[in-house]
Amino acid sequence: MELHILLLFMIFAALVAIEVKDLLSSVIAVGSVGFALCLAFLVLKAPDLAITQLVVEILCLIILIRATISKDLPLVIEGRWVFNTVSTLLFVAVFLFFSYLALKELPGFGSPIMNVVKKYLEEGITKTGAVNLVAAVILDFRAYDTLGEATVLFTAVIGIMAVLRRPGRKKIEEKENAG
Amino acid sequence: MQDNPKTGMSLIVKTITRLTVGLILLFGIYIVLHGHLSPGGGFAGGVIIALSFVHLMLAFGKDIAVSKVSKNLASNLESLGALMFLGIALIGFLGGSFFLNILNKGKPFQLFSAGTIPLSNIAISLKVGVGLFAIFLALVILEGTKKEK
Repeated sequence: MELHILLLFMIFAALVAIEVKDLLSSVIAVGSVGFALCLAFLVLKAPDLAITQLVVEILCLIILIRATISKDLPLVIEGRWVFNTVSTLLFVAVFLFFSYLALKELPGFGSPIMNVVKKYLEEGITKTGAVNLVAAVILDFRAYDTLGEATVLFTAVIGIMAVLRRPGRKKIEEKENAG
Repeated sequence: MQDNPKTGMSLIVKTITRLTVGLILLFGIYIVLHGHLSPGGGFAGGVIIALSFVHLMLAFGKDIAVSKVSKNLASNLESLGALMFLGIALIGFLGGSFFLNILNKGKPFQLFSAGTIPLSNIAISLKVGVGLFAIFLALVILEGTKKEK
């Protein structure tokens, strides 16, 4: 159920990113797609991948915002300071509330956090038959994370091939006709 | 491997490359196939396989390397690796869930053991190796077109 809501949100945000006229708004819409994907990974119980997705998404957003911020930014500062201050305080309060709830759930300092790892170490060979435990973890217990990483590499290769391709024959002919 | 003295590096480099490039490729394949028995696995082995072709390209120039693995073949093989990995994931549905290891586990410490893990290693090595080589190829071809202009 949560997954379907997240998927619908991601499709909607991607459409917004394509359709919106302002470049910075488009970048932020793309970022919301990435963060929703991070939440979807959490729902699908792939926490390592969710962390990676979060960090990479933040880095990409920083680079993209840094690249677009000087292009067209209709920044309005004067005349709205009441709204700005109130919304900032509201978001700080919401953030503190949720972080309080989240921090309460963490295991206490010094208590064992290796529960999952212990299970892998004990049952690795009998459950998968692989002697190399790393292979057992990344290709059996956590294969979903590996699928995500493979997708990341696939997308990177597609992007590089698309950006660095030769100019097509049609384009060269057009240039020759024009020149 | 035709020896064209105009492209690539010197004769010494070419001779050594001719001797070593097969061994590097074999070592990559070994690392991939023994991924479930010894450290390494699909990603590391795939990078070694890609490096053997990069080695070939550095020593003999881009034309010979492209004649071995063209750009279209590289993208096709990369997509094939991705689809293979996804297919292995979907095979798990025969046993009930995504990525379930349904094949025979076999005895530990044997080459044919651990169910789907060696197959996943092969798929990932295909993806990673050809993908990284395709990136290198794209960069080299871009540089070539810039020089022509």
